[in-house]
Amino acid sequence: MSVSTLGAPARADVVEQTESPPERRKSSRLPDLRRWISPLAIVVLWQLACESGLLPPDKLSSPWTVLQTGVQLASTGELGDAFVVSTTRVGVGFVVGAAIGLGLGVVAGLSRWGDYLVDPPVQMLRTLPFLGLIPLFILWFGIGEEPKIALVALGVAFPLYLNVHSGIRGVDSHLVEATVALGYTRTERLVHVVLPSALPNTLVGLRQSLGVAWLSLIVGEQVNASSGLGYLINNAREFLRTDVIVVGLVVYAALGLATDAIVRLVERRALRWRA
Amino acid sequence: MAGVTVSVRGLTKRFGERAVLRGLDLEIAPGEFVALLGRSGSGKSTLLKVLAGLDTDVTGEATVDGQVSVAFQQPRLLPWRRVWRNVVLGLHPAGGKNVGNKHVGDTNTAGRDVAVKALSEVRLADHADAWPRTLSGGEAQRVSLARALVREPDLLLLDEPFGALDALTRLAMHRLVEDLWQRHRPSVLLVTHDVDEALLLADRVLVLDEGHIAAEYRLTHARPRQLSDHIDVRARVLGDLGVTDRATA
Ligand SMILES: Nc1ncnc2c1ncn2[C@@H]1O[C@H](COP(=O)(O)OP(=O)(O)OP(=O)(O)O)[C@@H](O)[C@H]1O
Ligand SMILES: [Mg+2]
Repeated sequence: MSVSTLGAPARADVVEQTESPPERRKSSRLPDLRRWISPLAIVVLWQLACESGLLPPDKLSSPWTVLQTGVQLASTGELGDAFVVSTTRVGVGFVVGAAIGLGLGVVAGLSRWGDYLVDPPVQMLRTLPFLGLIPLFILWFGIGEEPKIALVALGVAFPLYLNVHSGIRGVDSHLVEATVALGYTRTERLVHVVLPSALPNTLVGLRQSLGVAWLSLIVGEQVNASSGLGYLINNAREFLRTDVIVVGLVVYAALGLATDAIVRLVERRALRWRA
Repeated sequence: MAGVTVSVRGLTKRFGERAVLRGLDLEIAPGEFVALLGRSGSGKSTLLKVLAGLDTDVTGEATVDGQVSVAFQQPRLLPWRRVWRNVVLGLHPAGGKNVGNKHVGDTNTAGRDVAVKALSEVRLADHADAWPRTLSGGEAQRVSLARALVREPDLLLLDEPFGALDALTRLAMHRLVEDLWQRHRPSVLLVTHDVDEALLLADRVLVLDEGHIAAEYRLTHARPRQLSDHIDVRARVLGDLGVTDRATA
């Protein structure tokens, strides 16, 4: 390209600008497709490995078998029942843990004494590997629903507490001062300034805690369960049913992804002002 | 109290051992435009905070008759509220005010109407539904002014509100503030580092030094003023601030 008249490059610019939007739209969809190449290839290789006998079914079933088993488990209602039991555990545990994490986070974030009294024990407990508490939980709660729910609740409470606490502490004192100057009371400032400014952190905490919730459930259900997805998986192990195990894992993964997607959606709506 | 909007007597403010304000006296008449100059660290913002009721840990007397509004150097808009809802914030106390018999708050349309009217006074009515992060510096500062004005203050405190703006925007803001002041007639106390700004806008220029008002000048030229109108005062104010000005010396 040579430097010609002043007009020419400018005109070229215009042409490029009017043409680029559709092109960009196309190219923003292409990578999505290309990103599917290797996952699909892996599934195909997996299927081939199984068919050739390289992977015996007692080590890993083929994707096709897994699919068939999944459909069959779903149609007998077995999968649905397990699904309901497991999501209930996570749901109850999450509500309990979130209430504790949010409540303590707000108390420690808002009041000086709350911080003195609440933060040190929480910070100490946080360093405990909470999944290691399972033996104690079994001693305390038996082997029913309670130890699993307690484990989920515990896992949920910490990330929420930490993020809510730091969100409230991190409120911009200049904004608070501006509302003081406008005559806002402590409670009004809490509603209009402090809590909204802690929302982004709170949602980060929410996402982390939901991830931990599923992890806690999976671990809790491995140890002892007479129902739920974990029971399905453990039971299948005894009969070398690797297809059922994989179905259970896929459902776990789907549930984790679904809850994460929901939080992302909430984030997008609630944090539009940041975008 | 037909006499004064602001009355300060013997105001002293200490930070630890150090007295930043030492027996300061100040009166501002209703509708008077006062500019406050002073070296960095001389206590201008400290005085403003006392008048705004943000700092009550002082000795002496400081009374303000009527409603007070503040605009700070940074606009301090709540980023999670759309522009008009930020303006409605200014309608507090009691979460709003009454127009006719109707309560004006941040949820009803009456609140929005009041906000949009205030925004149109700073020529931002078409940004009412924008998020604060999408505003330019000058626009955000104008929203902050609208929020201060919407409560129809008797005293408007401005702490270097144009300090962060570019020179052109600043000139436009001078016009705007002068215009708004002439329309609503609040008393104004404008803290600034810009001597020319003070000479263009104020009825009275004060120099804060050593914790009290060290010098005071009345400006009588008709508005709108030229930069050359108070050239004599300019040299003396600069002298008070410890600066010798080549242009006038
Ligand atoms: N919270 C505080 N604690 C201790 N010292 C303070 C505090 N606030 C202000 N000061 C001190 O008081 C003095 C006056 O501060 P102030 O902010 O009023 O100055 P200023 O005249 O507004 O200066 P500038 O023009 O730079 O804004 C400064 O020396 C500052 O260090
Ligand atoms: Mg200051």
